Amino acid sequence: MNAKKSADPILELKGVGKSFGNVVALRDVDIAVYPGQVTCVLGDNGAGKSTLIKILSGVHKASEGEFLISGQKTEFNSPRDAMSKGIATVFQDLATVPLMSVWRNFFLGNEPKKWWKPLGILHTKFAKETAKTELMNMGIDLRDTNQAIGTLSGGERQAVAIARAVYFGANVLILDEPTSALGVRQSGIVLKYILAARERGVAVIFITHNPHHAFLVGDHFYLLNRGRMNASFVREKVQLDELIQAMAGGAELDTLTHEISVIRQD
Amino acid sequence: MTAIKIDERVQRVSLITKALRRPELGALIGALVIFTVFAVVDTTGQFAQLQGAAGWTKFAAPIGIVSIFVALLMIAGEFDLSSGVMVGSAGLLLGNLISEAHMGVWPAILTTLVFAALVGLANGFLVIRTGLPSFIVTLATFFVLKGVNLAVTKLITGTVRVDGVDTGEGFDSARSWFATKIEFGGASFQVSVIWWIGFTIFATWLLTRTTFGNWIFASGGDANAARNAGVPVARTKITLFVLTSVAAALVGCMTLLELRGMQAGQGIGQEFYYIIAAAVGGTLLTGGAGSAIGASIGATIMGFAAIGIPYALWDQDWVSTFLGVILFLAVLVNTWLSKQAKGARK
Repeated sequence: MNAKKSADPILELKGVGKSFGNVVALRDVDIAVYPGQVTCVLGDNGAGKSTLIKILSGVHKASEGEFLISGQKTEFNSPRDAMSKGIATVFQDLATVPLMSVWRNFFLGNEPKKWWKPLGILHTKFAKETAKTELMNMGIDLRDTNQAIGTLSGGERQAVAIARAVYFGANVLILDEPTSALGVRQSGIVLKYILAARERGVAVIFITHNPHHAFLVGDHFYLLNRGRMNASFVREKVQLDELIQAMAGGAELDTLTHEISVIRQD
Repeated sequence: MTAIKIDERVQRVSLITKALRRPELGALIGALVIFTVFAVVDTTGQFAQLQGAAGWTKFAAPIGIVSIFVALLMIAGEFDLSSGVMVGSAGLLLGNLISEAHMGVWPAILTTLVFAALVGLANGFLVIRTGLPSFIVTLATFFVLKGVNLAVTKLITGTVRVDGVDTGEGFDSARSWFATKIEFGGASFQVSVIWWIGFTIFATWLLTRTTFGNWIFASGGDANAARNAGVPVARTKITLFVLTSVAAALVGCMTLLELRGMQAGQGIGQEFYYIIAAAVGGTLLTGGAGSAIGASIGATIMGFAAIGIPYALWDQDWVSTFLGVILFLAVLVNTWLSKQAKGARK
């Protein structure tokens, strides 16, 4: 077991469900998220991952069930509410402004000011140095934080967004499919930063449809299928094959494998 | 997006690359080339002298003052096509307040600037509330004001001109601030040049050294990402519409005080000069990048053309053609330079 694991979950969902009109998007979802651990939520397209993210990040309210933070029952009215409770969400492509420099992106919306604050004078020296050291702490070595963030690779941009959320005090970091648009190498970079955030004691919720990526970094695995929590595993007691099987719905994948092998024999 | 190692890339960030990343570099090179050309073909021997400088800054200053704010607005991703006609509206309003309503010149200037701020506010609110492109909204404002300028001026004065402002109380003191001449090295410069330099410094500081400047870049670069990060995009854009409108009105006041009167058609067509100056200066038409200094350099190039062409004894009718070619070449060079900077500006 991880040394940083504390006995109590920082965030917990109990029997959470969400329906839009007569469409049930989520039903009976139980999740416990621990600080210093990576909790993976796996699911194929349409499994209810997006709905779950929106509930966690405060965009939607759950229709039923309980949302607990550090054991306290909580209700979010907006994403700002969630942020003030230390829950930060890094969305796949809405994280950064490509033409702006790395340090400007790092502090966007939370600019450090000097002298008389209402004047809004940027403390550029502090911002550049802090962005550089914070990124360095996450293992991102940028000598020039003046470069436009658009010149960084997709993986590095995700990493900057993660480092930013950690710096601004996120206890819970929700990552929405951070590797889905990336190549193998870039995905590796992002997975490395997920572990870096975990090392700093952040509770990471890693939402993905890629069991290989999840298996590399996850401590807990939850499987969503058709709006239900199908199965959950802990790291020590699961093999990659099991994850893939469970995610694709076991029997379904067997049938598919069989069908494909028949086609290939022709 | 290539997957090269960070270290390899950082080594390439030389001083030259850093210079190439500056949005105003293309305009600066262009300005030097154009200056040299006009200095060579000059027949009066004055173009490269202070007398010449007084001439081209007189032309460039009123364009520069507005184009700086037009550039900020464009960086935030919006256009203001009513900025040209606003010069006329402000001048005519100020003239009528002084000569017809017999207001003191100073209170009349204040009233005019407040009127301009309200028009800017209306532009901003309409763009944000309706979600229509600012190109359309401010084009509508442009034509509304154009009609108002002509109709109201005729209604009040019976002609298409406002006159008699020099009888107003405080005319001389206002003129000493906005429309006087300053002797420097044997040449007489317009005081508007000082305003222009001041605004260039202020806008550059605002853009690069303040929170608001950060918001300007973010609003134009990716409004959605900016909103997600907590940037008040709507407020930023509305503020810029107001600033642009007020800057245009200030130029209107200066023009009226200088000429002691104004035609109803004043300022119309100027909006394109402002946009050209901003674009030549490296401001991206799609928003997200640009500079205030660049817009001022763009305005200076226009001053070179307006003075250099008659000094060279060329036919002055070609000034617009010249500006059109410059606009195209400058934006072409800017785009090429930014590619050379390895996508630092896209």
